[in-house]
Amino acid sequence: MDIHEYQAKALLEKCGVEIPRGAIAYSPEQAAYRALEIGGDAWVVKAQIHSGARGKAGGVKFCRNEAEITAAAESMLGRRLVTHQTGPAGKLVRRLYVEEASDIASEIYLGFVMDRKAERICIVASAEGGMEIEEISADRPDSIIRVVVDPAVGMQTFQAREIAFSLGLDGALIQKAVKTIMGAYRAFRDYDATMVEINPLVVTRAGEIVALDAKMSFDDNALFRRPEISELRDKSQEDQRETFASDRGLSYIGLEGQIGCIVNGAGLAMATLDMIKMAGGEPANFLDIGGGASPERILKSFRAVLNDPGVEAILVNVFAGINRCDWVAEGVVRAVRELDLKLPLVVRLSGTNVEKGREILAQSGLDITTAETLAEAAEKAVAAWRGQRKAA
Amino acid sequence: MAILIKRETPVLILGFTGRIGTFHAQEMMDYGTNVVGGVTPGKGGTTHLGKPVFNTIKGAVAETGAEVAIAFVPPPFASDAIMEAADAGIRTTVCIADGIPAQDMIRVKRFMRRYRADRRMRLIGPNCAGIITPGQAFAGLMPPHIYMPGRVGIVGRSGTLGYEAASQMKARGIGVSSSIGIGGDPINGSSFKDILELFEADPDTDAVVMVGEIGGPQEAEAAHYIRDHMTKPVAAYIAGLSAPKGRRMGHAGAIVSAFGESAQEKVEILRDAGVAIVPTPSSFGETVAAMLARPLQRAG
Repeated sequence: MDIHEYQAKALLEKCGVEIPRGAIAYSPEQAAYRALEIGGDAWVVKAQIHSGARGKAGGVKFCRNEAEITAAAESMLGRRLVTHQTGPAGKLVRRLYVEEASDIASEIYLGFVMDRKAERICIVASAEGGMEIEEISADRPDSIIRVVVDPAVGMQTFQAREIAFSLGLDGALIQKAVKTIMGAYRAFRDYDATMVEINPLVVTRAGEIVALDAKMSFDDNALFRRPEISELRDKSQEDQRETFASDRGLSYIGLEGQIGCIVNGAGLAMATLDMIKMAGGEPANFLDIGGGASPERILKSFRAVLNDPGVEAILVNVFAGINRCDWVAEGVVRAVRELDLKLPLVVRLSGTNVEKGREILAQSGLDITTAETLAEAAEKAVAAWRGQRKAA
Repeated sequence: MAILIKRETPVLILGFTGRIGTFHAQEMMDYGTNVVGGVTPGKGGTTHLGKPVFNTIKGAVAETGAEVAIAFVPPPFASDAIMEAADAGIRTTVCIADGIPAQDMIRVKRFMRRYRADRRMRLIGPNCAGIITPGQAFAGLMPPHIYMPGRVGIVGRSGTLGYEAASQMKARGIGVSSSIGIGGDPINGSSFKDILELFEADPDTDAVVMVGEIGGPQEAEAAHYIRDHMTKPVAAYIAGLSAPKGRRMGHAGAIVSAFGESAQEKVEILRDAGVAIVPTPSSFGETVAAMLARPLQRAG
């Protein structure tokens, strides 16, 4: 799960990371008022969307007076901001963060990730802050400092100190950097994050170290024990098809194609999408119905797939282990009847109770194309989708 | 002989008396698996499905000599159960749970390293379908009838895609020595390489099928092992050719976040290591049959 910049900053501040003074605003008037409350003579207005690279998309504006703040806020609120991370649809701006401008002396990159090779938390830092980490690793790979945390004892102060010295800091800045690094580590650990990125972490001309931008992502599997994180979820930043499905307990990812997919198992679901592509079609979604799926769950899956107006044909592919083909078939028949499905439907069943499942489909009298193998299912689905296109 | 589980291996069920534990324990026993008992804290001293129930894994190991454990424990409590099994001297634990927090898994893996290599537990999973030696025994969720006994090993992240591979092989009369699900989580107990090492050393296995997917470094690590150390032929399929970058495809670990983690890149790395690539998920049978029909040719 992702959260907004201002939310990440609030969490980091609780853990001892210094942040610039700032406040959230929902309207241009409120933005101007926030600036007045914060004080000073220069501010930054920042669009709050779940994406980085907002600056290039016009989502971060430097302002010197009330008129500039109002104009900046008006240019962002209610607009969809498109960055290379959001996809072509962009993300809707509904909140702004107004922050005092910082007097920057230098910029640092500070990130915390789960290193899948080391199977530990890993800190990545560079004195070349302000650029994206991909750019830093392409242009200045030698500037990247990597430190791995031993999970038995957690991060140690000496490790933070070594990072601070490697970043070229000295004097009073060392203690401040150590406090920042240890604080960000605690935020990562205590909130079950999967990623914390402070970029840039800046050294100001006044000799302070502050987090100018912050991004945090969290482990969905740990949200059950982090209610304070769960409540930061902003559904307006998600693909609406995915929100609809996840509210119904389904593992669904919206894609750009026209063939809706209902599959059991994440690996088989991925393979089914691959197979559709190889057969010349484009999948509309990834959907894993999970193990032990009841007819009700199949019905829910159909609703989730049909919630995408771009779907023109549906492929059901189930290899039942703990699932049972007869339950799946019952669910399919109910879905076609209750949802009055008119789109072409291809169903491939295999595994536990497959004969019973096929019998239920055959006896239903419904117009359902069946397939024995995965290849046959994908080819029939693509053919049915093409037929539908011609007819339309 | 095969790997990790055989007919006589004594198997313990963790979370034995729950609905899911009961259902799968019965399936395993029906297949002939040597289930020696189970553990449900607070229900020790009773019997369930005709087998003794224990309060602690240590108590169960002392009484039954269990070597393999399978955990049907909900994700919030699974890491605790795995560590208890490691401490009790279980040799191999299979963890089914999907949804264990990644930081719990980091702790579990660090904990397992406290034990000397010769008594260190092997963890399979989490978020996996389990392990099976066809015709002998299984510890998992799989429909065992789709596996024909034979001499090709299967190792994969995905359960259902592994079923797909096994059933396509069966349709061509190709049997399986053992099939091992290593699970879809980003931090898992055993890697592809760990299992390939076991198959390489197993006299009952002639060749191996690997079912990988996008995300993580384990397929590339396996490719290096295959190139440098394996004498047996390997075929591999990588799921997620059409997966968009940065999106998590169902499995917590199935996300392309670094170089070498996409399906295309993994396929290239494996091909360079001399692995026979299964081009589509419907050509497992065909590719494995062709691989078995020709002598192994591997550079270096």
